Amino acid sequence: MSKQYETVIGLEVHVELATKTKIFCSCSTEFGGAPNTHTCPVCTGMPGSLPVLNKKVVEYAMAVGLATNCQITRHCKFDRKNYFYPDNPQNYQISQLYAPICRNGYVEIETENGSKKIGIHEIHMEEDAGKLIHDEWEDCSLVDYNRSGVPLIEIVSEPDMRSAEEVIAYLDKLRLIIQYLGASDCKLQEGSMRADVNLSVREVGAKEFGTRTEMKNLNSFKAIGRAIEGERARQIELLEEGKQVIQETRRWDDNKEASHAMRSKEDAQDYRYFPEPDLVPVDISEEWIEEVRSRQPELRTEKLIRYKEEFDIPEYDAKILTSSKQMADLFEAATALCGKPKKVSNWLMVETMRLLKENGQEPEDLKFSPEHLAKLVELADAGTINSTVAKEVFEHIFYEDIDPEAYVEEKGLKTVNDEGALRETIERVIAANPQSVADYKGGKEKALGFLVGQTMKEMKGKANPAMVNQILKELL
Amino acid sequence: MANIISDETMEYVGILAKLELSDAEKEAAKRDMGRMLDYIDKLNELDTSGVEPMSHVFPVSNVFREDVVENGDEHEKMLVNAPKVKDGMYQVPKTVE
Amino acid sequence: MEWMEMTAAELGKKIRAGELTAVDAAKAALEKIKEKDEELNCFVTVDEEDALARAARVQEKIESGELTGPLAGVPVAVKDNICTEGVLTTCSSKILYNFKPTYSAEAALRLEQAGMVMIGKTNMDEFAMGSTTETSFFGPTRNPWNTEHVPGGSSGGSCAAVAAGECSCALGSDTGGSIRQPSSFCGVTGLKPTYGTVSRYGLIAYGSSLDQIGPIARDVTDCALLLEAIASHDKKDSTSIARESYDFTSALKDDVKGMRIGIPRDYFGDGLDPEVAAAVRGAAEALKDRGAVVEEFDLSLVDYAIPAYYVIASAEASSNLARFDGVKYGYRAEEYEGLHNMYKKSRSEGFGEEVKRRIMLGSFVLSSGYYDAYYLKALRTKALIRQAFDRAFEKYDVILGPAAPTTAPKLGESLSDPLKMYLGDIYTISANLAGLPGICLPCGTDSQGLPIGLQLLGDCFQENKIIQAAYTYECVRGRFPLAGQQQ
Repeated sequence: MSKQYETVIGLEVHVELATKTKIFCSCSTEFGGAPNTHTCPVCTGMPGSLPVLNKKVVEYAMAVGLATNCQITRHCKFDRKNYFYPDNPQNYQISQLYAPICRNGYVEIETENGSKKIGIHEIHMEEDAGKLIHDEWEDCSLVDYNRSGVPLIEIVSEPDMRSAEEVIAYLDKLRLIIQYLGASDCKLQEGSMRADVNLSVREVGAKEFGTRTEMKNLNSFKAIGRAIEGERARQIELLEEGKQVIQETRRWDDNKEASHAMRSKEDAQDYRYFPEPDLVPVDISEEWIEEVRSRQPELRTEKLIRYKEEFDIPEYDAKILTSSKQMADLFEAATALCGKPKKVSNWLMVETMRLLKENGQEPEDLKFSPEHLAKLVELADAGTINSTVAKEVFEHIFYEDIDPEAYVEEKGLKTVNDEGALRETIERVIAANPQSVADYKGGKEKALGFLVGQTMKEMKGKANPAMVNQILKELL
Repeated sequence: MANIISDETMEYVGILAKLELSDAEKEAAKRDMGRMLDYIDKLNELDTSGVEPMSHVFPVSNVFREDVVENGDEHEKMLVNAPKVKDGMYQVPKTVE
Repeated sequence: MEWMEMTAAELGKKIRAGELTAVDAAKAALEKIKEKDEELNCFVTVDEEDALARAARVQEKIESGELTGPLAGVPVAVKDNICTEGVLTTCSSKILYNFKPTYSAEAALRLEQAGMVMIGKTNMDEFAMGSTTETSFFGPTRNPWNTEHVPGGSSGGSCAAVAAGECSCALGSDTGGSIRQPSSFCGVTGLKPTYGTVSRYGLIAYGSSLDQIGPIARDVTDCALLLEAIASHDKKDSTSIARESYDFTSALKDDVKGMRIGIPRDYFGDGLDPEVAAAVRGAAEALKDRGAVVEEFDLSLVDYAIPAYYVIASAEASSNLARFDGVKYGYRAEEYEGLHNMYKKSRSEGFGEEVKRRIMLGSFVLSSGYYDAYYLKALRTKALIRQAFDRAFEKYDVILGPAAPTTAPKLGESLSDPLKMYLGDIYTISANLAGLPGICLPCGTDSQGLPIGLQLLGDCFQENKIIQAAYTYECVRGRFPLAGQQQ
């Protein structure tokens, strides 16, 4: 390859908002119901039904817009996007084209090459489609409209990214902002955050953009990385062969690590947008914007600074603690209960991260309560349990969210501080291990460790290690 | 007729509108649409420069719902009119190749 | 007088007085339907058993004092594009031949709350697209004044049923004149309210920005009563407007002294039947005699309303009717190969010619490259038309003119030339574009004995002015007969 190419990437990110109800009807947005149990005439496109806008959707969209430095459109409107597909019950989607709620924003990302601003072209509100299930037995598809009408925002970036690394940094940044706002849980795997990648290549130094393709069906950060590499290579190969890139939508198959065009003769891609006559415009006043702004929670950047200052947490640790809203919330809640930020941080940084990694989970998957973590910190700190026991108890907290106090009590895991009992056990250990005693007396310090270990074993790990040491030395 | 509707246009409109016309219907539709568009072209006599397109007649805005669940499970009612149902879902010809 | 010759208000009074029961009234209506509807075909669905059961329940509530309103116990018919829970609602289309909604339109619920007894669903042009009620999948409705003639449309079934005495009053819908024009052809009184006055929830949409449900009745009083029953601010319809007042009956006053009435010269040009022109001018004279200030003026832009309307209504219809696809309800083709073929076959077999024509036109004017030239141009024209009315209503309280250029044409005359049929809506369409209220009431008959309609348009939310003017004219005119009744 003689020429040098540059990849130009823009993203369309769909985020499911965390409202209780759908965007245009009062059906629940809850995940996992039996098919079509969260539907009504509105979200199944029954004739004569009409949409009414959920106010919370507008406020979440504004919150995301403000957190990404967007201008809020004062007079925003909805439009209809017309296309036929069974997951789209009205055969049009209510969306925004002509006056989207947010425009002209940016987020700042950090990569190995330093920081960079990624422009946000617009954010608009729209409704999600239903789910299609493919029935292999009867060779047909089945439609479940439970997701139909779940509110989405679509965040359209400028074509400002140049590598998969930047794309992932951008997505991560968006995810954190939106999670911190509480506007969505942003889980890629579950589809509450979805990214379509618009990608083109051009020769380094060229002024014009090349022809772009749109890649859909990217369900993980890894898939996004692979799809970008794959599409970049495919486009360069076409250009090198003197062929042209066709502007089209392609579907990524992560198992095959390849994409295919989603074109069909019946798919004209002419959406015939026009103003939605069933909904009135949304006028957003300065006061409303200020009200939403004043309710914005602390975002990650602010939290990072505060953790360092208020809790004296090192930068590296603060970054990990704030790498997800779930983790930061746990940290703050547990710290508030026990007043020991460093100890709480330690449990999260070490044991929690280890267990997450072992289980292939993300911090968003954390399920245990801050109360239980705080109690564990206090139990360990007070010497009620020793560190070995504490680790064992923590595993139970991590998996089953047990109450450590009750658990320790029930399993009899309290550290034994009873000098009489310890002395008795140690005397037995000394009697049973004359060789070690002789070694120790002969100057071998290591032998003492062995004897401590034997004592701990006898005491089923519950002995206070400091006392064991002291009594042993005394008796020897 | 100033507006001549081609076969390609008819074909395209058929894809957009999901309608399939017989040849005779197509000829009639081409003629009717051409005549209608000629008639609609009368609007070009009007100078509308500087006029804001009016989609809603009244300047009403901000009609909202509160985010409160009111609808329960009515899936049996919802499915009662469906031509084909399976496992509580609407059955359609397969959508993937 | 026979029960069914009475107005709704008269019948309601008798029911309240205990001279007859709601069940008697429903039976009288059903009897008339049996007698006449085989020929007229006003109804798509008559639900005798249910209607009688409903009437019995209403009667109980009247007797217990729970229902005391002026329309309690009165039989009413509902246009078949207004959803009624558990009762077939077809829009007179094959594509909805078996559709039984699981919900009722807000307007239908309000009829129920007023204690009215729905006796059936009336025939219409398919999806309200047409001006003759001939595009119905269930066959045309005939004009009770002369069954060789059409009743007008699209609310032809409702208007003909009222004119024939098959029901006391009915609901229609008006997107471009669909209440007023058939009222004119059938010699009944029909009112299209200001956009947003009656909830559209449950009205199967044709042109969402233009559609309004309204009353069709024997006289102005009934129209005002029925409008009072159905008008409301409905949270389920975002375009529903919270009006300051929902009192329409206080406008039933025989008084137009000092009322300023404008007659658009543009409405009396070519194409207006001289007999219609004479009758309408006669009505204007009558109002002048009663003290109104009547003068002619130039409304302007009249010729642009129809092209603008057909762009906007067809565009909205192409999108509104996309949901009829054989997936969730209604007709699905018997045989098909794959998804898109299923869509195409179901829709092509399920929709009639006129509906397909408008869907295609609407899809075209919205398609890539044409949106600005057609759709935005039409929306700009709409804005200009609204401005022309704003100027007119600075000078006048009411605009008076014909509702249609002719009386009812013969069956089969209109459909052969769609464009000509569209031109018949010239006097009614601008009210929909501008959101204005309009009423049509009979002002005479032509030499063939067919009714002629007078149309009064008011400024937005000024229903009471047109009701008052219409009521005053009615007092001069006297009772207008039912079809076939001696004058």
